Amino acid sequence: MSYAYPTYGYRRPPELDGAVRHCSVIVVGAGPVGLTAAIDLAQRGIPVLVLDDDDTVSVGSRAICYSKRTLEILDRLGCGEPIAAKGVSWNVGKVYQGEALAYRFDLLPESGHHRPAFVNLQQYHFEECLVARAQALPSLELRWRHKVTGVAQDDARVTVTVSTADGDYTLTCDWLVACDGARSPVRHMLGLDFEGRVFRDRFLIADIRMTSDFPAERRFWFDPPFHPNQSVLLHRQADDVWRVDFQLGWDADPELERQPERIVPRLRAMLGPDARFTLEWSSVYTFQCRRMQKFRHGRLFFAGDSAHLVSPFGARGANSGIQDADNLVWKLDLVQRGLAPSALLDTYDSERVAAADENLKNSTRSTDFITPKSAVSRTFRDAVLALARRHAFARRLVNSGRLSVPAVLTGSPLNTPDGDAFDGAMVPGAVAADAPVDGPRGRWLLEHLGGEFALLVFGHTPPAAVALADAPIPCRIVQIGGRGGLADVEGLVAARYDGRDGTSYLVRPDQHVCARWRSLDPARVRAALARATAQP
Amino acid sequence: MKLLTSPNLAEPDDFYEALIEMHRDLSDAQSALVNAKLILLLANHVGDPDVLRAAMAAAREDVA
Repeated sequence: MSYAYPTYGYRRPPELDGAVRHCSVIVVGAGPVGLTAAIDLAQRGIPVLVLDDDDTVSVGSRAICYSKRTLEILDRLGCGEPIAAKGVSWNVGKVYQGEALAYRFDLLPESGHHRPAFVNLQQYHFEECLVARAQALPSLELRWRHKVTGVAQDDARVTVTVSTADGDYTLTCDWLVACDGARSPVRHMLGLDFEGRVFRDRFLIADIRMTSDFPAERRFWFDPPFHPNQSVLLHRQADDVWRVDFQLGWDADPELERQPERIVPRLRAMLGPDARFTLEWSSVYTFQCRRMQKFRHGRLFFAGDSAHLVSPFGARGANSGIQDADNLVWKLDLVQRGLAPSALLDTYDSERVAAADENLKNSTRSTDFITPKSAVSRTFRDAVLALARRHAFARRLVNSGRLSVPAVLTGSPLNTPDGDAFDGAMVPGAVAADAPVDGPRGRWLLEHLGGEFALLVFGHTPPAAVALADAPIPCRIVQIGGRGGLADVEGLVAARYDGRDGTSYLVRPDQHVCARWRSLDPARVRAALARATAQP
Repeated sequence: MKLLTSPNLAEPDDFYEALIEMHRDLSDAQSALVNAKLILLLANHVGDPDVLRAAMAAAREDVA
């Protein structure tokens, strides 16, 4: 293994020597989702304690595809640049049937976005970047080798029992965010549901180190000659590490398939007799699609794999978990500061359950295409692939994974329904699209929208609207064009938002659009703000 | 009229899911019957003999 795992030191907690500690927020689990939530909370000034039962990063590469939206969220958290720089960016995917190219796709056909559609990066690198950022935040405390062994709540607080090498201790907190993964000990301790199903198929992941001139693109084979009747996926990661994912079928023996003497010949058949590679890490896995009925239970929240599990085709696991954190934290911040009622937190549940269902639907469809459940399903799959070589319509039906895009929160009660007519994709509930601009906070629109409520105004800001910036829940005014506004350098802000003089958009702290108008009326903006923060 | 082979399904994934779902719990023989009925229904809907012949030729292509 070429990666040197960091060891984060265990420290004896003062609570074992009589100290009593009440926290605003405890996050359980220092994986991608827990760290995202903790960094965001700390940046907003909410003290946060993170408990993790291990003392290093993810073992093995695990989640490797991080989406544009994840990078945009991490930009706001100060981690986007190192992760984008270290990762391998890619936009092109190729799908083969047998040896023939069935079709090719480009995930980001338009220019004018700061971040690419995806970067591939081993989860351990991803976590290491987030830990470095977390360690730099004074109101964030990380406790390694502190295992949560008990959770109880009443109307006033959550009580957490923590086990360490030196003994057990107790903490209390106002809110607890369980980001403790698919097997979530917190979920088990509370006896909560996790309904769904296991897919009857097995897959082998092999991470290899190889110097190769293969381009950085996603390649997916149905029924290739080197692995007949099954699928194979190839992705490039950082440090000349490549991910190969072989479908094995349900009857494969996981113990046997884990042996290098079985894995290396499979790789050799794929890469050719002359390829030089070393095996870095491997795993044989099955996958499940599950979700909890509710992601909020009183003062407890479940985020990421603890709340929902999808198949890996589509990169919808870690990416959706990071969006869970992004959705939850600004709401917790407002409630914790007394600026919004606790009812706002119920919308974490409704919005992210809807997003999880979309991810489950898409990943289940991909799985059904990749692993047909019946002879007729297999026949249709092969017919689609055969037609795709010649006919464009069939390429749209090929499903080797519909890659993660952020959910559009169309049904959210926080949205103000449109009263005016608009073209384009920026409907209430959509993530605000990025576009190049020129202004004091940077060259990209999303840097200017930031992490508070923002009012995107085209042309000119009426004097009556300026006071919105000083309200108890401040609303940053981001003016496009006009005197003192950001320059819409390529005209893409106007194009993507169907913006003309007077058009204004209210954008939430998680950068989802929640209201828009053709003319700016501060009273309507205040009403939309009240609605977006669940004010009675 | 010419056989349309450019994308024309508004929601391709919804269509494909419904197509597979149509066969749920059927035997292979039942599935073959259902597929044949589906083709006949769609052929009647299309009507145009030139389009139907072009579709048959495209379907037969690359198959021994």
